[in-house]
Amino acid sequence: MSLQHPLARVKGLGASGEGSHHWWLQRTSALTLIPLSIWFVFSILQRIGEEQVSIQSWIAEPMVALLLTLYLVFMFFHGQLGLQVVIEDYVHGKRKRMTLLLVVKGAMIFAALASIFSVLRIAL
Amino acid sequence: MAEFSLPANSLVQKGRKFKDVSSGQLRSVQVYRWDPDTGENPRVDTFDVDMDACGPMVLDVLLRIKNSIDSTLTFRRSCREGICGSCSMNINGVNTLACTTAAAEIKGDIKIYPLPHMSVIKDLVPDMNNFYAQYASIKPWLQADSAAPDSERLQSQEDREKLDGLYECILCACCSTSCPSYWWNSDRYLGPAALLQAYRWIADSRDESTGERLDELDDAFKLYRCHTIMNCTNACPKGLNPAKAISEIKQTIIKRK
Repeated sequence: MSLQHPLARVKGLGASGEGSHHWWLQRTSALTLIPLSIWFVFSILQRIGEEQVSIQSWIAEPMVALLLTLYLVFMFFHGQLGLQVVIEDYVHGKRKRMTLLLVVKGAMIFAALASIFSVLRIAL
Repeated sequence: MAEFSLPANSLVQKGRKFKDVSSGQLRSVQVYRWDPDTGENPRVDTFDVDMDACGPMVLDVLLRIKNSIDSTLTFRRSCREGICGSCSMNINGVNTLACTTAAAEIKGDIKIYPLPHMSVIKDLVPDMNNFYAQYASIKPWLQADSAAPDSERLQSQEDREKLDGLYECILCACCSTSCPSYWWNSDRYLGPAALLQAYRWIADSRDESTGERLDELDDAFKLYRCHTIMNCTNACPKGLNPAKAISEIKQTIIKRK
C-alpha cells in the first residue's frame, strides 16, 4: 500500500507538453487524407480488371506517382498516430507499452518505405 | 493490458432475498452488496419493497430498505434534491443521481450498482480519493497576479455567461465513471469532470493563469485520452456537456500555436 497522497500521485511527473502536437497532426493528416483517399479509391475502382502492364504504366505517370507517394506518406503517418493512441489506451505497463510502440512504429516505417519504394521503382 | 474480465474476488454472486415489513404494492429491487469485513465476494441482494410505504425516488427506495428492511445497506446521500452529488450510482445501467431518478421511470426490476470501475469501499460507496485529487490538481480557484481591488473583481455580463453550463457541476462523478478512457487510464487521464472544471477556470475572464492552466493540460494522458466518446454528456444528471468543454480546451491550446 502506498502512503503517497492521492494529489502527489495525480500530479505525477507533470504534463509532457506534447499531447496537443500529436492531436493536431492527427487532425490535419486526417483532413489531407480525405481528398487523397477519394482519389485513390476512385482510381482503383476505375481500373478493376485491367492488365498489370496498364496498371504499371498508370502508376508511372508523374502526377499519379506523386499523388500515390503523397497518399502513402499521409496514410502510414496517420495510421501510426492512431495505432499509438490505441496502444496507449489499452496496453498497460510501461515496458510492455514502450516495446509495443517501438515495434509497431518500426513496422509502419518499414511498410511505408517499402510501399513508396515500390511506386518509385515503377515510376522512375 | 486493459482487463475485460473481473478478477476472481470481484465476481458478483447471487445474494439473499428480503421482503418488506409491510405488504402494499411490492417492487423488486436488486442491490449490489460488498462488505470488506467478511472477505466474501460481492453479491446482489433482492429486496421486495413496498412502494406504497416509500417516496417516489430511487433514493427513497434505498432509504426504505435501510430504515425498514436491512440497516446494514451502505450508500452516500445528503441533499435529496440533486445539488450535493452524493448519491451518484449506477441505476439500471445508467450513472445518475438516485435522488432525482423516479422509480416510476424505470421499467421492470430496479437494479442498483456503485459507479462503474471505481474501487468499492462498501456496498454502493466508491473510493473517490483519486477523483477528488484530480479535481484539486486543476487548481479550481481564481488565480490572479494583479492587485486585489477594493471590492469584487468585475466581470461583464457577456463574460459571466461563458461560465453557464460549467459552474453548475456538482462533482458527482457520473460523467467520469461512464467514460471508457477513464476506466482504462484513470491513473493519468483527468476525466470529464475535472476537465470541465479546468475549462470553467480557463473560460473565466477574471483568471490570469490561463496560460499555465493550458500548459498543465497539454499532455497525451491528462487531456488527450478524451476520444469524444460522449458518454460523459449522456450521463450528466445536471444536463451539462463535458465533451464540449474538453473540445474547447483542445481548441484553445491550438490557438496558441
